[in-house]
Amino acid sequence: MKVLPVKNLKTTDADIIIVGGGPAGLAAAITAAKGGAQTVLLERGDFCGSKNMFGGAIYTIPTLEVYPDFLKEAPLERGISRHTYSLLGENDGTIISYEKKPKNEFFNAYSVLRPKWDRWCAQKAEEAGAYIVPQILVEDLIKEEGKFCGIKTANEEFRGKIIILADGVNSLIAKKRGLRKEIKPKDVALSVKQTLSLSKEKIEDRFNLDENNGAVHTIVGGPMLGITGLGFIYTNKESISIGLGISLQDLNLQKTPPYEFLEKLKNHSIIKPLLKDTEIKEYSAHLIPEGGYKKIPKLYYDGLMIAGDAAMLVNNIHWEGTNLAMISGKYAALTALEAINQNDFSANSLELYNKMLEGSFILKDLHSYRNVIETIENNSETFLGYYPQKINEFMETFTETDNIPKREKYREFISKTIKERGFVQFASDGLKIAKLAGDAIL
Amino acid sequence: MNPDDLLAKVKYKPDNVSHLIPNEDICKNCKNRVCEYICPAKVYEWDKEKEKLQVIFENCLECGACRISCPYKAINWSYPKATKGITFKNS
Ligand SMILES: Cc1cc2nc3c(=O)[nH]c(=O)nc-3n(C[C@H](O)[C@H](O)[C@H](O)COP(=O)(O)OP(=O)(O)OC[C@H]3O[C@@H](n4cnc5c(N)ncnc54)[C@H](O)[C@@H]3O)c2cc1C
Ligand code: SF4
Ligand code: SF4
Repeated sequence: MKVLPVKNLKTTDADIIIVGGGPAGLAAAITAAKGGAQTVLLERGDFCGSKNMFGGAIYTIPTLEVYPDFLKEAPLERGISRHTYSLLGENDGTIISYEKKPKNEFFNAYSVLRPKWDRWCAQKAEEAGAYIVPQILVEDLIKEEGKFCGIKTANEEFRGKIIILADGVNSLIAKKRGLRKEIKPKDVALSVKQTLSLSKEKIEDRFNLDENNGAVHTIVGGPMLGITGLGFIYTNKESISIGLGISLQDLNLQKTPPYEFLEKLKNHSIIKPLLKDTEIKEYSAHLIPEGGYKKIPKLYYDGLMIAGDAAMLVNNIHWEGTNLAMISGKYAALTALEAINQNDFSANSLELYNKMLEGSFILKDLHSYRNVIETIENNSETFLGYYPQKINEFMETFTETDNIPKREKYREFISKTIKERGFVQFASDGLKIAKLAGDAIL
Repeated sequence: MNPDDLLAKVKYKPDNVSHLIPNEDICKNCKNRVCEYICPAKVYEWDKEKEKLQVIFENCLECGACRISCPYKAINWSYPKATKGITFKNS
């Protein structure tokens, strides 16, 4: 059994105990340690990142707030210079790309591999003075006189003034303590991913990238036509990450295992050439919170705050999670430092954390997008089935040359489309989209 | 399709006891057995002869999907003990 590093601490209690060494917990740890608090972070994996997977890319601006040196030191894969959106039909697709070479010295986002990235973040937190202790599974919290004041492992207890719960989407601890409602299948997506090895030269040739530049593909349709799911491809230095996430509710109805969806995506006529000659390096699975604003639980209690995925802070539409995790972790730590300063660890005092979240992009963005996933999920056949197919059908009409006059082809396309769907349905689809746009802007 | 080729690419340190414990009585009467196809590691398989849910917990990717999907909340689900289970290197 591993003994917690209490002996190294000046007193037997820590100021701040953090459960979970992902982006949220590690950002909290480095912030707290830099602020002078005795900080202990407990992680169940062999090292921070060893249980974690994501798409994925981290975002430069929020990351700089927590790790000012990361551009020079961190194990980054590629700077993202291109975003591609693919609307796949059964065997065709419409693709648009946005490309931007950075004006200044850094890119807006970088692809990373979590076992390497999280581990580097842990090292930085340690350098700042935090105790990062892997191979510890936290099993419960200690609560005395209504206040949270420590954690329990299988055979030890450990006390602290404030607990920051950053144990990820499953948050068994929040569940055990009734701090969060039971997660329903429609509140999460299940994601599977394969990391495929491919040489640096081939990646840059095939994806048409400058040296060390990277691409992100977001994929709608294909094997997921009509169901709430999104596919992704990220280029790394010498590998490609390909995966997809499907709403657990929809997946439960499909009776097709998630790896079969991924296999179909890999074999789609548009995707397959990108993956030629690759070999599977690793396979992984993870849940993604999908409930959005409406599913965020209360985030502060006497002696405890919840950050990151455990708090359901994810913006799915943009693949944003690590940024919300890092900034929420940082705010939780700043609040804890202030509470220690005031010697007041009550919920009243920790409410500052919620105020900081409300004042930031985190709760503002999640509020703007509060109805998006629900609307898509309730109308997945329309928005992720019918329209993507319709766009591909139009592109087929537009690009195909035969002996029929173009006019006739367009008229035929329009009258067929109206017949299929009817004006009322179009108006209702339009209204739904207008409402979501209104939520985002107003 | 069988995910064995995929699972062969994952580094595991399996425990000798299962961290996934389905309730046998509930499983016996379960109609849809969603755990059988939702799992990305094909951990669950209904054994018709023994009338029992087989659990190949050694292959678990620790995602939590079965815990949330089981309509009867019949799985007593915990993480493997510290130092056991998966270790990702390239995800
Ligand atoms: C497929 C996929 C693609 C994604 N793509 C992107 C992307 O491109 N960009 C982006 O920004 N975000 C992306 N995200 C979201 C992002 O990964 C998460 O939002 C982010 O990792 C949340 O960080 P966290 O620290 O809250 O949780 P996690 O990263 O899940 O960390 C939680 C940590 O707590 C540990 N832990 C859990 N329970 C215990 C316990 N009881 N005791 C001790 N330790 C424990 C875990 O081992 C883990 O290390 C993606 C997610 C998925 C699944
Ligand atoms: S675990 Fe749940 S879904 Fe699976 S057989 Fe048992 S009751 Fe059914
Ligand atoms: S946690 Fe995930 S991988 Fe493990 S048994 Fe459940 S569904 Fe399968």
